[in-house]
Amino acid sequence: MTRLVLALSLALFASLAQAAPAPDALGDPAQEARARALQKELRCLVCQGESLDESNASLAVDLRHLIRARIKAGQSDKQIVDFLVSRYGDFILMAPPFEAPTYALWLTPFAVLILGAGIAIWVVIGAKRRIGDGA
Amino acid sequence: MIAEVGHYALILALAVAIVQTVLPLIGTRLGDRQLMSVAAPAAQAEFLLIAIAFFALMTAYVTSDFSVENVWRNSHSAKPLLYKISGVWGNHEGSMILWVLILALFGAAVATFGTNLPRELKANVLAVQGSIAAAFLLFIVTTSNPFVRLDPAPFNGMGLNPVLQDPALAFHPPVLYTGYVGFSMAFSFAVAALIDGRIDAAWARWVRPWTLAAWMCLTLGIAMGSWWAYYELGWGGFWFWDPVENASFMPWLAGTALLHSALVMEKRDALKVWTILLAIITFSLSLMGTFLVRSGVLTSVHAFAVDPARGIFILAIMGLFIGGALTLFAWRAPLLSQGGLFAPISREGALVLNNLLLTTACAAVFVGTLYPLALDALTGTKISVGPPYFAITFAPIFIALLILVPFGPRLAWRKGDLSASLRILAPAIGIAAVVAMAILAFTAPRTLVGAGAFGVAAWLIAASILDVRARGNKVIRASVLASVLAHAGLGVTLLGVAGTTLWRSEALEVLAPGESMSLAGYSLRFDGVKAVAGPNYTAARADVTVSSGGRTIAVMHPEKRLYPAEGQDTVETAIRTTIVSDLYLALGDQRERGRWVLRGYVNPLAPLIWLGALVMAAGGFSALWGRLRAARTATAAIVAPAE
Repeated sequence: MTRLVLALSLALFASLAQAAPAPDALGDPAQEARARALQKELRCLVCQGESLDESNASLAVDLRHLIRARIKAGQSDKQIVDFLVSRYGDFILMAPPFEAPTYALWLTPFAVLILGAGIAIWVVIGAKRRIGDGA
Repeated sequence: MIAEVGHYALILALAVAIVQTVLPLIGTRLGDRQLMSVAAPAAQAEFLLIAIAFFALMTAYVTSDFSVENVWRNSHSAKPLLYKISGVWGNHEGSMILWVLILALFGAAVATFGTNLPRELKANVLAVQGSIAAAFLLFIVTTSNPFVRLDPAPFNGMGLNPVLQDPALAFHPPVLYTGYVGFSMAFSFAVAALIDGRIDAAWARWVRPWTLAAWMCLTLGIAMGSWWAYYELGWGGFWFWDPVENASFMPWLAGTALLHSALVMEKRDALKVWTILLAIITFSLSLMGTFLVRSGVLTSVHAFAVDPARGIFILAIMGLFIGGALTLFAWRAPLLSQGGLFAPISREGALVLNNLLLTTACAAVFVGTLYPLALDALTGTKISVGPPYFAITFAPIFIALLILVPFGPRLAWRKGDLSASLRILAPAIGIAAVVAMAILAFTAPRTLVGAGAFGVAAWLIAASILDVRARGNKVIRASVLASVLAHAGLGVTLLGVAGTTLWRSEALEVLAPGESMSLAGYSLRFDGVKAVAGPNYTAARADVTVSSGGRTIAVMHPEKRLYPAEGQDTVETAIRTTIVSDLYLALGDQRERGRWVLRGYVNPLAPLIWLGALVMAAGGFSALWGRLRAARTATAAIVAPAE
């Protein structure tokens, strides 16, 4: 269920990769689609506000070439991402990994929801009991 | 001379703001009417003085007085008049003046129009408002004085960042600030009520119009910013989850929650403690946004300040006001009585759920924005939080909220009937199901989430239409129209977001003159690039002939501009819109042998994103209008018997 929600929301809010023929595109459309999808998950380290897919900075251009070269060489998405993270750190990921330093980041929204729901239910049920007493 | 007048007015405004804070507070302590009555004229004088300072700075900009350092840094004699004027707030110092000007405007408006407010409440509200102004004026005078002179005066200015030289962006800051800063009113009313220790349904009735006005402007301001990003940055994106965008989005989420909880408080005298807390939180988020944007903590076009003294000063202001208000809240809130009981299934219950989800969504944006900064400061670990994080945390919560929205207005106060509401809403559920099925069956890519998004959008819009139809021929009250429009607007925006995200097509090619590329059924022929001179830039303007099915339908002109004064270039996109779809072209770099990179997008339904925001703002306006008319009728009714 959670996985479904995750997949649904990801697909809605992250723009979908539709392979466009970039000037340096890979010949195989499936490989090119993989490259585009990877680019969107990685941040341009120069512009910071943009993904590698959007940035015009020369580093972004280089990294786009690097991604394509490694896809051609038969590496998996995970291998490529791991390589870039080892070189540039977690900062290059658009969403940080779920690990000790980021537990609080990922869990806070849901903790707020559960805590808030608890308080709301407690208050409303408490009020209902008082209505019941009054009747 | 004019700059000195402005500087002097600013210092006087600071003095007046201190008087406006101190005397009325002593007055309400001692029950001294004369001291309390200082508040209103002081608030008006403070506004007048800041306005003088603001127009003094504007005069320096319009006349290109480069002996003023701020003008020299941010203007140029060749700049068109509009951008000379908008240059006033296109920099750190000037934008802070605009900030306090709007703060003082709200204070002066309460002083002038708040004639029905109890004397003590009005004095306290204006005192709190004055204290915020005093803090920020002190900040401006000591760290960010825009009236510093240069001797000798330079011959010409350094120009304004060209991406800011744009009509929508000229008006984006004033509208956004009116929203942002307008929430100070809710804060001042909340703190004043806590000082007073008294709070009732009337409080909510007084505070709601100010909150509505602020919310409406914030909605428009955010929409303008997003629209600008869409057409100016050249990537066709409309929301980047950039910290600066988030800084304005958080007060919007909290402010939306506040509008709804204040409604419960006004009608049913319930949720008082929560509404007060929310009023404090909403403006605290505005202050935090100001801190994030102004302190230079973030690197972006918005952060002009790199001076750490400024960051620490704003942090201190923030700590003082947020900490002070929350302490006061913790001390006084237990004294507030809770009234207005209700069953879980009721209008109140629905609005509690609304507040829960909006607050959680706001918390998600808050953590996503601040966590990287905090982690970097504490451990030196650098991480970045981008769209995928918000897709997992914010999106499901917000979608859940949207699904529940139509139930709220259908449920009765105190005790609602869920099955009756479902019966009334049945046609909307049917329409939503049909729309979702049709999207799933007939469009590609075939994704459940896309179909779901269209279904939810259809559900919101259909339920709003049902609300109107249910009233038959009766005149629709402004307050009903308000919720109908605001909720339908959400649906319209969601249609735009879903359509663009799902169905966008994109083409990127290097073309020589005469060559074509195809994009979503269009053929785009690149006819070459001409050099064009603008008022303060030179542009490479492309001619692109668009044809569909062999018939020419338009010639579009995407541009690349070079601003020599600033030494920067910008992308000017060409957009051909039919409301249901945008054809979007951006010119990239020049390559060898007269070839250029041309990027094209077709963004189906994109205009609906901003149209929806307009509809939401119209809802806010309708509520405000109804409120003002009701107030006028009430005043007339009081005046009439005296005649």
